[in-house]
Amino acid sequence: MTVFYIVIQQIVNGLILGSFYSLIALGYSMVYGIIKLLNFAHGDIYMVGAFVGYGALGILGSRLGIGWLGIAAALLISMFLVGLLGMLVHRLAYQPLINKRAPRMSLLITAVGVSFTLFNGVMVLTNGEYKTFNTGLGYEGISLGLVNITYTQIIMVVATGILMLTLYWFINRTLYGKAMRAIALDQDACRLMGINVTKTIGLTFFVGSALAAAAGVMAGVYYGSIQFYMGFVIGLKAFTAAVIGGIGSIPGAMIGGLILGLLETAGTQLPFIGSAWKDVFSFGILILLLVFKPTGILGKSEIERM
Amino acid sequence: MGNSVGLMDRFRKILGLRKTQGILLAVLSLLVILLPLVANNYIEEVATNTLFYIVLALGLNIVVGYAGLVDLGYAAFFAVGAYTTGIFMKFGLNFWLTIPIAILFSVIAGIIIGGPTLRLRSDYLAIVTLGFGEITRITARNLKITGGASGLVGIQRPSIFGHILNQITDFYYLFLVLVVLAIIIAIRLHNSRLGRAWQYIREDEDAAEAMGIDPVKTKLYAYMIGASFGGIAGAFFAVKMTAISPETFAFTQSALILLAVILGGMGKIPGAILGAAFLVLFPEIFRGIGQMRMLLFGILLVIIMIFRPQGLWPERKG
Repeated sequence: MTVFYIVIQQIVNGLILGSFYSLIALGYSMVYGIIKLLNFAHGDIYMVGAFVGYGALGILGSRLGIGWLGIAAALLISMFLVGLLGMLVHRLAYQPLINKRAPRMSLLITAVGVSFTLFNGVMVLTNGEYKTFNTGLGYEGISLGLVNITYTQIIMVVATGILMLTLYWFINRTLYGKAMRAIALDQDACRLMGINVTKTIGLTFFVGSALAAAAGVMAGVYYGSIQFYMGFVIGLKAFTAAVIGGIGSIPGAMIGGLILGLLETAGTQLPFIGSAWKDVFSFGILILLLVFKPTGILGKSEIERM
Repeated sequence: MGNSVGLMDRFRKILGLRKTQGILLAVLSLLVILLPLVANNYIEEVATNTLFYIVLALGLNIVVGYAGLVDLGYAAFFAVGAYTTGIFMKFGLNFWLTIPIAILFSVIAGIIIGGPTLRLRSDYLAIVTLGFGEITRITARNLKITGGASGLVGIQRPSIFGHILNQITDFYYLFLVLVVLAIIIAIRLHNSRLGRAWQYIREDEDAAEAMGIDPVKTKLYAYMIGASFGGIAGAFFAVKMTAISPETFAFTQSALILLAVILGGMGKIPGAILGAAFLVLFPEIFRGIGQMRMLLFGILLVIIMIFRPQGLWPERKG
């Protein structure tokens, strides 16, 4: 019976981890879908999101309290500011290269440069220190036998669900979403139809970065502490999640994140993997997947040469 | 003596230098050779470090510059070489005998990484190489034989003809020899049939394939040769430092070597040398700004890509 409870508990933990992966994977997938850029800096955007959220909570905490109201406000502020940062990065670093029709390798290297800049910028600003998220959240929750689910965990999953539904609505039901989907299909035709392609790409960066920022703030609240290098490994894993689901596909990114979260949590429990090897396990999945099924679960297959 | 003059002439021809440039090169070589006579320990240390990064940059240049493949995990090969030498020397093997083993292991690593992944698109390849780089580092950190998180310490200094190499000047000349060998190999490769095949694939893979070049095999050669450069550099790094730890081979290391190649101009040998020199000298010159220098590096990379994506000293297209 205990084994059963452990399995349930790990599924819960895996879903939480998976929802962080999903939120970040969405940004990778959206940007990739629209301009075929592997936005290497996306993990660092997530990290910046956590720090902006930390700063906002510090300022707002005295007025709104450090409970859910303060956290929600900090989350929204971080999403907005980091969304703008994403747009700025696109405008300053990527758009000049897109205009020149530069090779994809140059874009990729630029993305590495942006990642370096954000990573080291935050390191300099924070002196490389850990920051502790001071929240008033306790560990109360629901207990089902040996399984404990805290209210924090429930709210995290619900919040992720709300963000994803909103995104789904935005992409499929609004004119902006329609423009994004159109650009992913054919940029030149979009220009002819009077769609402002550059602005729409900027908007994609805004939405993707805002979602990563949301994940950053939630991770900060959930794990309690943040540091400047938190984005690197998780960025790689979110990319793995995006590939699992099929890069470019939005539902794929959501599913891929949850699958990776569950796989990784399961992997940690296996005796020969354990927590020391869990990153190797995830990257191993990524490599095997890229080699054998690069289109992922929901991705479209396309033959392409670089 | 006449033989060496002939060599200089051939060099000049290979490099496509004019007479004045040839003289310039000769003067520069003389300066590099005589440097330890006038320099203090600090300058020698920095110069040795520069030479070391030149070997790495020339190796990565084969992968990135010649064959046009993105590699974000080059430090993995460097790590394989360093650990192989370190471990075998712990078992009592002579340093010079560990070098072929280090080369063998890093080439095998190159095949393992390249074999299954070279069919992938370049952006996927970037992520896969990054993943492999991280896997290598984590493996080194978790295994017993590699000394875990603290790494290997107390690696013996090598000796040559009974003379133990333990002064910085010894290593300066050792690395200088390595650099010269690396440059000769890189030039020979560039002008070889294989070198032309790489260029062809880089410019137009479909056309290259139509001309009977096997792209996967040719790319794999680039990986293997690039990996062996990294492996050799790693072996020498291990005995120079006498201690190696997994964190030396983190992603930042791979990114910096890539930066050297791109900064100098992909595919060009003087470019890679220039890039590596810049990479080592920049933080030394800007020692005062401390952590800010990595931030500047990032910004610089973006600016170079926007304004001079072909690098500071790019290859001239014929």
